[in-house]
Amino acid sequence: MKNKINRRDFIKKLGIGAGVTGLALAGCDSKSKEIAKTETTLTEIPTDKMTYRTNPKTGEKVSILGYGCMRWPTKSGDSARDAADEIDQETVNRLVDTAIAHGVNYFDTSPAYCKGRSERATGIALARHPRESYYIATKLSNFAPQTWSREASINMYRNSLKELQTDYIDYMLLHAIGMGGGMEEFQKRYIDNGMLDFLVAERDAGRIKNLGFSYHGDVAVFDWALANHDKYKWDFVQIQMNYLDWKHARELNPRNTDGEYLYGELEKRGIPAVIMEPLLGGRLSNVPDHIAARLKQREPEKSVASWAFRYAGTHPGVLTVLSGMTYMEHLEDNLRTYCPLEPLTDEEMEFLYDTADLMVKYPTVACNDCKYCMPCPYGIDIPSILLHYNKCVNQGYVVKDSQAENYAEARKAFLVGYDRSVPKLRQASHCIGCNQCSHHCPQGIDIPKELHRIDNYVESLKQQTI
Amino acid sequence: MKQDNISPTPKSKRKKTSALKLIRQIVAAVSIAMVTLLFLDFTGATHAWLGWMAKIQFLPALLSLNLAVIIGLIILTLVFGRLYCSVICPLGIMQDVFAWFGKKSKKNRYGYSPAKRALRYTMLAVMIVAIVAGIGGVVALLAPYSAYGRIAQSLLAPVWQWGNNLLASWAESRDSYAFYSVDVWLRGGITLAVAAVTLIALGVLAWRNGRTYCNTICPVGTVLGFLSRFSLLKPVIDTSKCNSCGLCARNCKGACINSKEHTIDYSRCVTCFDCLDKCNKGAISYTLRQPSVAKQSDRGATNASRREFMTVTAAIATSAALHAQEKTVDGGLAVIVDKKKPIRKTKIVPPGAKSIKNLESHCTACQLCVAACPNGVLRPSTALDSLMQPESSYERGYCRPECTRCSDVCPAGAIRPITVEDKSSVQIGHAVWVKANCVPLTDGVECGNCARHCPTGAITMVSSDVDNPDSPKIPVVNTERCIGCGACENLCPARPFSAIYVEGHEVHRTI
Repeated sequence: MKNKINRRDFIKKLGIGAGVTGLALAGCDSKSKEIAKTETTLTEIPTDKMTYRTNPKTGEKVSILGYGCMRWPTKSGDSARDAADEIDQETVNRLVDTAIAHGVNYFDTSPAYCKGRSERATGIALARHPRESYYIATKLSNFAPQTWSREASINMYRNSLKELQTDYIDYMLLHAIGMGGGMEEFQKRYIDNGMLDFLVAERDAGRIKNLGFSYHGDVAVFDWALANHDKYKWDFVQIQMNYLDWKHARELNPRNTDGEYLYGELEKRGIPAVIMEPLLGGRLSNVPDHIAARLKQREPEKSVASWAFRYAGTHPGVLTVLSGMTYMEHLEDNLRTYCPLEPLTDEEMEFLYDTADLMVKYPTVACNDCKYCMPCPYGIDIPSILLHYNKCVNQGYVVKDSQAENYAEARKAFLVGYDRSVPKLRQASHCIGCNQCSHHCPQGIDIPKELHRIDNYVESLKQQTI
Repeated sequence: MKQDNISPTPKSKRKKTSALKLIRQIVAAVSIAMVTLLFLDFTGATHAWLGWMAKIQFLPALLSLNLAVIIGLIILTLVFGRLYCSVICPLGIMQDVFAWFGKKSKKNRYGYSPAKRALRYTMLAVMIVAIVAGIGGVVALLAPYSAYGRIAQSLLAPVWQWGNNLLASWAESRDSYAFYSVDVWLRGGITLAVAAVTLIALGVLAWRNGRTYCNTICPVGTVLGFLSRFSLLKPVIDTSKCNSCGLCARNCKGACINSKEHTIDYSRCVTCFDCLDKCNKGAISYTLRQPSVAKQSDRGATNASRREFMTVTAAIATSAALHAQEKTVDGGLAVIVDKKKPIRKTKIVPPGAKSIKNLESHCTACQLCVAACPNGVLRPSTALDSLMQPESSYERGYCRPECTRCSDVCPAGAIRPITVEDKSSVQIGHAVWVKANCVPLTDGVECGNCARHCPTGAITMVSSDVDNPDSPKIPVVNTERCIGCGACENLCPARPFSAIYVEGHEVHRTI
């Protein structure tokens, strides 16, 4: 305790109390509470402020924050998505309790999640609450082709009901249509075996309340499914959407489709959208420093991730936004964002799209100046070049095109700073690509590729082709 | 243009400067500042605004056949006399500055001397012959604007750049990008030596005797002097007021006032208005009136100092080259050997020059292009037939695709204006591969830096062994597409001699 007080005093002296709430909360004697008031900006999360969206078919109110159950924690403290050790059920229960206490009522799982262990863990945690206090979403997943038979598929479905300790599913999805073999695979997986018809019949029978699909990959499958909306009457569709994927999904991965298109198609048909990957696998939370600074500058007291969640939630056609929350801190942060949701203004939307442009076009290079790559036999000062580039990215001096507001300033800062940081003869233009450096790099940077990319950027600035 | 100069009051010793002289001084100061800035400005920012200052210089205008300027200057001279020499010619103004200091140290130091006609017309003849015969070195040595250009480029610019670099390091410490540092490169030892000697010789001459150079050597002075004899306006001595005190003659930097005979040699008068200012009696005025005594007599002894100057000038031409030394000190980085200039069969001249012949026949070697080149490409030639005229080489940089500065600034039509687009299709030379230096073969590493940076895509990397696709890749040049910009030569990792270098074209071609 003494140690903690000392640390607190120290921090207090530094005057950065606001950022160290966790430490302040750690002390629990009366004195520390007094200090906590002045040292924290985090207030209690309200339990009655959750934003809800209405399912147009059933009229049910769905919390804008949906719990993604693909990353339950394991006992070792990792995410069960990647770790093989036992799921920490106690923590799962605590997470679910906290979520429900704050108004979360949508839980999204799948037979495939957490190496097949998610539905059981989710079921255990949820069964401790009244069944009508939450909605369960699960999927007819598509593992290996041996599970594609009608019999295996129906078994999978029945097993989901069993694991989730329920006799009906609120939201049932065809899992990740468009993945793998595109239309052909979709046909085999859900049509030829009659499973889609089976699920439609289950919906008619009331054991499935809402039927939808989640989509990744081949857009032809997405288009086909929507073209047959009249036949299948999709109650909802789960898509990947975030401010980076809105316009850049295709750019980042040619197999993906821009969120703008996907959401637009759903909105046209009045189909509610369930959003997955609002954080793009954490990439919109663990952003480059300059992006973090850019976002933090606008909202110093909110998390970087909160921008992505507000973004997803701002779209009115969104029913719920899924977040796979492994840790209590993740859940708390998301609850703060959504209790209640403060929609983005148009200006903030633009700000995020500009941010996305920056992220896509000019990511920083992961160099931390260890100099293992040096000396370059041809005299290039590799770390200085990469650090100068990163510095410019961080300072917003790496521009996308000449229309950028600060183009003239950025161009000057980049070029003048380049000559200052790196003598001309040691600049990237002299890299011959012999690649004797890359295997020394602990960060695994493809050094010649990065140097040539930077050189191209320098050329385009000099020639003013951008 | 009546007598708008204020008559001096005999009572006061400190005389008020006449309006005409004041105007002349102000215009001259602005003019020399602008021309000098052209040579000093390495950013290229002022070239668009002040480029015309170089283009109104007499000899460049003549060589580029810029008729408007030539006619303008002729009319100017026919109306006002050799005003050109007082307010436009930077070398003339520079001499006035030295002369001003000279007069500070010793008052009334000049005196009348007869014209050196023979010398003047000989020098003019030499100049004409040199231009016609295309002996660039002689033209460059005699031309006044070029002489000033060399002084500004070789002597002033480095000082300016060092000053800039001081500011740049200060800016860097303040994290500002307002100033950036530049390489101070004392290119061309001969040019530097010529500039230094010219400056010293002219400085001494001007200090002691005023406009000696202008009235004996300068071919432009001779031509304009011939015209100014017929100018409308000229300083005239009113013999009814003149008491032959000789004050005017002793303050005439042109040594052209014969106060005893009340005559002025208008071919040497540079219209400085100093005499109007000096005359206590108000006997000299700048008017339309013809002088009462028209005949001039001007035969006399050769001025010793003039001979001295000629000797010095001749010595310059044979002076040895100074090699600019530069050295960079680095920490733990691999040592980079400086590149050496390859022996080129044909020299390279910048795009816009059209041909080596065109450049040599128009260039006055004023060094403006050399001063303007931001890429370390242009430097004064050391060859005798094109002494101090620019030529390109790529040890320090290459002729970058976005740059047309030399063609923008050239006042003489030696490097004609060219656009960035046109430049990309003008072949000033072609790249040649030197097998013995190529690093994939010598170091066994992948390279292709020449191909990667070729702006026209003229270089392809191919297997060195036709039958073995895994053999080291070497560059092959499609000379039809190569423009000779030197990116390959400059960025080639082989040192000191590149494995690929540019051979110039005598006549530039368009792809």
